[in-house]
Amino acid sequence: MNDDRILLAHGSGGKLMHDLIQSFLPDLANPILDKLDDSAVFEVSGRLAFTTDSYTVNPIFFPGGDIGKLSVCGTVNDLAMSGARPLYLSLAFIIEEGLPVTDLKKILTSIREAADEAGVKIVTGDTKVVNQGNADKLFINTAGVGAVPEGVDISAANAKPGDKIILNGNIGDHGIAVLSQREGLKFHTPVPSDCAPLNGLVADMLSAAAGIHSLRDPTRGGLATTLNDFAEQSKVGIRLEEDKIPVAKAVLAACELLGFDPLYIANEGKLVAAVAPEDADKTLASMKSNKYGAGSVIIGEAVAEHAGQVIMKTSLGASRIVDMPVGELLPRIC
Amino acid sequence: MTEIEIFMKFVEEYRDPELGKKLLDRIHKRSRKPARLMEFCGGHTVAIFKHGLRQLLPPSIEMLSGPGCPVCVTASADLDKAIALGHLPDVIITSFGDMVRVPGSRSSLQKAKAEGADVRIVYSAQDALTIAHENPEKSVVFIGIGFETTAPTIAASILQAEHEKLKNYYVLSLHKVCPPIMKAILDLGEVNLNGIICPGHVSVIIGSHPYQFLADDYKIACAVSGFEPLDILLAVDRLVEQIESGQPGVEIAYRRGVKPEGNRAALSLMETVFEIGEANWRGIGVVPESGLQIKSQYEKYDAGKNFKIDPGPTHEPKGCICGSILRGVSTPLECKLFRETCTPEHPVGPCMVSAEGSCAAYYQYGSNK
Repeated sequence: MNDDRILLAHGSGGKLMHDLIQSFLPDLANPILDKLDDSAVFEVSGRLAFTTDSYTVNPIFFPGGDIGKLSVCGTVNDLAMSGARPLYLSLAFIIEEGLPVTDLKKILTSIREAADEAGVKIVTGDTKVVNQGNADKLFINTAGVGAVPEGVDISAANAKPGDKIILNGNIGDHGIAVLSQREGLKFHTPVPSDCAPLNGLVADMLSAAAGIHSLRDPTRGGLATTLNDFAEQSKVGIRLEEDKIPVAKAVLAACELLGFDPLYIANEGKLVAAVAPEDADKTLASMKSNKYGAGSVIIGEAVAEHAGQVIMKTSLGASRIVDMPVGELLPRIC
Repeated sequence: MTEIEIFMKFVEEYRDPELGKKLLDRIHKRSRKPARLMEFCGGHTVAIFKHGLRQLLPPSIEMLSGPGCPVCVTASADLDKAIALGHLPDVIITSFGDMVRVPGSRSSLQKAKAEGADVRIVYSAQDALTIAHENPEKSVVFIGIGFETTAPTIAASILQAEHEKLKNYYVLSLHKVCPPIMKAILDLGEVNLNGIICPGHVSVIIGSHPYQFLADDYKIACAVSGFEPLDILLAVDRLVEQIESGQPGVEIAYRRGVKPEGNRAALSLMETVFEIGEANWRGIGVVPESGLQIKSQYEKYDAGKNFKIDPGPTHEPKGCICGSILRGVSTPLECKLFRETCTPEHPVGPCMVSAEGSCAAYYQYGSNK
């Protein structure tokens, strides 16, 4: 028997599974989880935010993170984008038979580190093992609940004409970092994924200013998709300035070579905010003093004209529509 | 400097807004005569839209998009062949990404894949060779599309297969060449052009000499352009100068990539494996001497000759005007299907599928002019 790989038997409910779960526990320990009852029981009061997401990133390890860190940060960020303070997460693994146990341990360590940094507890979980070929190494689902402070009302539908659009740093790092590791497309890039929990940054923003209308993390589909969501749901137009949008040189270079537009590349540690103009400076200052917001910048504004559309002023002074992306991003052929 | 810094230095220099404004200024001052210019290449179409260049040019200059998108000009009948090959047992189809979504007469490679065909996206013919090595019991067919830009690398893959005595690698050669189709479009007499922005990457291979007939016989101004905004503005500037002075010629506004004589090594690879033959162009039809066919010496690698397929009768999508868009006669805005039934999610015609297609560019970036 091969001891250092996950076997189908690990998911069978017997002794092996029991031992596997016991080996997880020290990493994730907290009083709610440690009871190991069928469901986690905890006290809450007031409004709750509740979200779920599944993580299937390929490869599971990439520069700047892994699927474990991603599965915590992604769900924490989704909660934070509603203005919620993330509290508890669930954690469910679907493991493909044959995954090295050391890989799983590494991933658990990054889950713990990310959860510690975000200040959330993993309070319930599940593990399934499937036959080879029925999953790709490891899929993770996390769900999370968070408390929404009184008076906080943040939604992609709340942006208003005049709002400033603020972004917390370089776009495209995550997508390019992951793509650089794909089979058949390996290239060297010095840019790691930006994967990070943003709840601290959001908390800083909310305590600095009241006029934060919309918040969203531009993950799949990139900045362009998030801004189109704001424009569509808030029925405003959005004007961007190409020169203001920060992109790392290495990301721009990779995009040029592969025929991608950084506006459409995924991020995992970025947020976009629509903020009332009188609160924009305060918000920006609070963001810049957080380690995940040092590169924050105003990239445009919401306007009453061309509702539902995002229009970007190019460096040469022309303007163009920035539309939603369509389908999978495929590299160009020549 | 790191490789990335050197690369980006080039990109940034050719996007410098100050230099761009100077060039635009010169174009505005010099351009008096009405000038109808065609950018041949789909890469140029995208760059022009992405940087909003059409809006910045004086009203005397009209820009048309040409047929230089390799995916767009692939005929339905040829796609039907690729799809039929995909449905054969023990065949792996390897293709560039955009191609899998293009609708043929009844299906697409993407749909064929969903129905069980083994269709894999590759980034180069080299990847297809690797797949052939890894699957000796299967036949691996590479769908060879593109102009002179991609043809040399595909020729190299056939020579490598020969060298490695690979017995399961095939190419369906749908390659096309540029100068003859330029001539064919002009001879149709549908568009009256004053200048052509000649393709950049194609010219890296073939050089600028092959365009001389455009200036000599058709009195059309020619400038080879790169793909950055300043490259394109410089090319327009050179075209305006030729048109205003009444002296059409062939200029290279992309000196860092293109030599007048082209790339001899790449040309010789192409000439070793391919010979000029007819090609079927979507919306234009069969044009003699506008395609590349695999020479008989290498016919054991020719997918067109080694498999028995019945692609069935060809149908063109009803109402789709990709053909006349590719000939520069119509714009996507004149198509009744545009934005209605034909969108990038549900493309009816190929110009909406490829990122370099005119319809996709109009859809994605909007059109202000």
